[in-house]
Amino acid sequence: MVNVKVEFLGGLDAIFKKQRVHKLTLKKNNSDDEPVTVGDLIDYIVENMIEDKNDVEVFLQNGTVRAGILTLINDTDWELEGEKEYELEDGDIISFTSTLHGG
Amino acid sequence: MVEVSAEVLAELELLKKENAKLRSQLDSQKSDKLPMSLQEFQRYGRQMIVEETSGIEGQLKLKNSKVLVIGAGGLGCPALLYLAGAGIGTIGIVDNDTVDNSNLHRQVLHDSSKVGMLKCESARQRINLLNPHVNVKTYPVRLDYSNAFTIFENYDYVLDCTDTPITRYLVSDVAVNLGMTVISASGLGSEGQLSILNFKNEGPCYRCFYPTPPPPNSVSSCQEGGVIGPCIGLVGTMMAVETLKVIYDIYTLENFKPFLMMYSGFPNQTLRTFKMRGRQNNCECCGLDPKITRAAIESGLVNYFEFCGSRNYNLCTDEERISSEIYKTEFIDCNEKDHILIDVRPRHHFNISHFNHAINIPVKELKGMKGSLDILKESVPNVSQDSKVIVLCRYGNDSQIATRLLKDEFKINDVKDVKGGFFKYIDEEDHSYPKY
Ligand SMILES: [Zn+2]
Repeated sequence: MVNVKVEFLGGLDAIFKKQRVHKLTLKKNNSDDEPVTVGDLIDYIVENMIEDKNDVEVFLQNGTVRAGILTLINDTDWELEGEKEYELEDGDIISFTSTLHGG
Repeated sequence: MVEVSAEVLAELELLKKENAKLRSQLDSQKSDKLPMSLQEFQRYGRQMIVEETSGIEGQLKLKNSKVLVIGAGGLGCPALLYLAGAGIGTIGIVDNDTVDNSNLHRQVLHDSSKVGMLKCESARQRINLLNPHVNVKTYPVRLDYSNAFTIFENYDYVLDCTDTPITRYLVSDVAVNLGMTVISASGLGSEGQLSILNFKNEGPCYRCFYPTPPPPNSVSSCQEGGVIGPCIGLVGTMMAVETLKVIYDIYTLENFKPFLMMYSGFPNQTLRTFKMRGRQNNCECCGLDPKITRAAIESGLVNYFEFCGSRNYNLCTDEERISSEIYKTEFIDCNEKDHILIDVRPRHHFNISHFNHAINIPVKELKGMKGSLDILKESVPNVSQDSKVIVLCRYGNDSQIATRLLKDEFKINDVKDVKGGFFKYIDEEDHSYPKY
């Protein structure tokens, strides 16, 4: 079991009832010990948090976070932290932010 | 009174002249030794005495720098003003757009008297007034693969203040090929992002961060998504700060860590700095085996339009669309009562201005009804599959999506999209409605 905070920035909150920050308690296979990864978190978000299934494509593309969305683990690019394999720890903050293009 | 001989007077006159000559020689020697005019010393004094700028040494770095700013819009306006104020020697401005009334809430370097003028020209005039020591060059062209290198080559640093993924990839690619550092930012709504790309030709580039472009329908512009003036303005101001730091050598190869700053204006103002990946070995542009070379770009081999894609808006056939003129003459003017007008813009758009007889169902909600006529009837009680339905949005794009839904999923037979949307109707048929 792990307690984390998830943030949706850069307008992504639009598909999460306009709520930017969500506190989650996650478990894998109903076990308290099995580590929960960022990949599991993404599955959880898609299955449980995106209300309108038409919006899944705003977040997910080819089974992973859509191009143009940056994923950050405790304010660090997930590429530096093992991406989907990263094992969540209590208090972690996972942020997803859409890339902005306006100027 | 003592008589002074004419001889003495002549001597005195000569001495005076000699003295004046020596004085002026001394003065010019003094200012010859100075690296800037006394005027400039005075002008930049308050920033030179900030120790981190390294005083005169830092000021001369600014004076000798050539900075290219791409886009004189929401980001470019404040960035240009502060860079000019700080005393950058040469500033280039690339923008082929003209000042529009709807720009002025955020593009505050321009003003109401400049509406219709090229933005780069308006910016040049304003900068000349602010600081005559800055040499401004304007490029009223749309940046593309064929002109980018010749423009960039005259500069040391680039500010990416553009507004589409296509130009963002192009700016980064050209800068990498020329070894230039890019100060890059973007914004939308009340948020903004900023980073430094290809720092001293060793940092990550735009493609390192975003190897795959976003799907075209996920990209919003300021025109569509809206933007808060001071929010984008703050991010543009931050770009000027970063540019000064790069030129002052506050960032060095030793201390520079790739980052992306994220500013949010609402609900509470926050500024976060994310630690980002470094240069990627497999990057197509700055990696070990680059494919996006100068030759590939300039020959048009790198197809930016194909790479970034574009939204397909031609969802309806000509028979499924009517012009705003037809809507006026055959519906509004004839007082045609039995058609249903569905306006599919977001509610806060609709509330700004709309036809009185329109029913507002945002396209997203229409999609959510999944073709159920019963659910649609909750908003449009008298609708049936035989109804005559007209669909309208802001520019005629979403209304095509809605027309498809109403025909294909709700099975309503007679649905027509108004080409060009509400705004085209306002432009061509009735100026009395507010445009925004
Ligand atoms: Zn790269």
